[in-house]
Amino acid sequence: MKIAIASENDGMNSTVDGRFGRCPYFAFHDTSTGKTEFVRNPARESSEGAGPAAVEFVASRGTGLVMAGDFGTKIRSLLDGLGISMEKVTGKTVAEAIKSISINHPE
Amino acid sequence: MRAGMTIAIASGKGGTGKTFVSTNLFNAIVGEGDGAMLIDCDAEEPDDTLFFNVKRVCSREVTQKIPVIDAGKCTFCGRCREYCNYNAIFFLKEARRIKVMDDLCHGCGACSAACRSGAISEKEKPLGTVTDYLAGENLKIVEARMHPGNKSPVEVIREALKEADTAVTVLLDAPPGTSCPFVNTVSAADFTVLVTEPTPFGVADLKQAVKALKNIGKRCGAVVNKAGMGDGEVYAYLKAEGIPLLMSIPFDRNIAESCSKGELITDTDGRWKAEFRKLFETIRENL
Ligand code: SF4
Ligand code: SF4
Repeated sequence: MKIAIASENDGMNSTVDGRFGRCPYFAFHDTSTGKTEFVRNPARESSEGAGPAAVEFVASRGTGLVMAGDFGTKIRSLLDGLGISMEKVTGKTVAEAIKSISINHPE
Repeated sequence: MRAGMTIAIASGKGGTGKTFVSTNLFNAIVGEGDGAMLIDCDAEEPDDTLFFNVKRVCSREVTQKIPVIDAGKCTFCGRCREYCNYNAIFFLKEARRIKVMDDLCHGCGACSAACRSGAISEKEKPLGTVTDYLAGENLKIVEARMHPGNKSPVEVIREALKEADTAVTVLLDAPPGTSCPFVNTVSAADFTVLVTEPTPFGVADLKQAVKALKNIGKRCGAVVNKAGMGDGEVYAYLKAEGIPLLMSIPFDRNIAESCSKGELITDTDGRWKAEFRKLFETIRENL
């Protein structure tokens, strides 16, 4: 499964971002290969509608689960409609968030 | 000077006495027999009519066009998504998903123009109402009222502003804050009266409002409400910025009481009527 984690910065020690739509980076982690890739969030500069644009971005990359500090109601319904799961994560680094996946979602 | 001038009454935030100043200034002008019109542009919470004996004349609905996409005709080419500047079309080619996000849509029509498959039609979305009231002979109050749940009151405010009668003095009760609704309202005015309180929060909000007005090159003056509270920072700031202090309203139990009863102090207290009349003259001198 592919996981998208909202990240405050580029790098495994970055903190998971509180805002899904406007986070600076997404960490895409592939549980089958164990690899993680950091990509700039193209939606972060949008003056409006950053949330839906960020959903488009993660969905177009085949994401099955997203992690962020919080999700707005609009974003939640879009992700729900696409069958993408959400998990709220606060105060953790990206590396810690990834570790928690293998515990919470063993394959 | 032309017969009619437009004066906006604004404040950096709500609850500083903006409605109090708008309604009493209107009442004071009206009382002298000058023609006047009050437009309540505080469309999220209009309340000016509550202070007058009004008769509702007519009301009209303000709507916006929202695209509707027929997924059966859509070829998922993505052109509409590309043309939309507001991220209002949620589009995923592979998953064959397309959806208009109504609350993000500005009704610009670019997507309809972009679609080559005739998949986009339009519906009218109700945004709010503009209602005309009469508060006496030839005394009009226009009220902009946004329907709850809508994203922005700007369209409704713009429609209400179109009713401004340039032959008479027009007062605009501006929406709180300094964002688009505020800017749209004060842009239509010759002069803006900023109502503030002499507290640190009041001064901070005042600075924001002054900055916004400067950006669009608009003149303003200040009314300090609950004068006597806080320290002298607000007066020093006004002086440094060269903004005229138009009026000081000390804290007065009578004012608080008349407000809570839905009365106008300019009706119940002749002294205040004279004060607001003087405010009107001071504004004129500053134009
Ligand atoms: S009308 Fe304009 S804002 Fe609305 S969806 Fe179409 S292109 Fe976007
Ligand atoms: S432009 Fe028309 S056909 Fe193309 S994706 Fe949009 S609605 Fe569908």
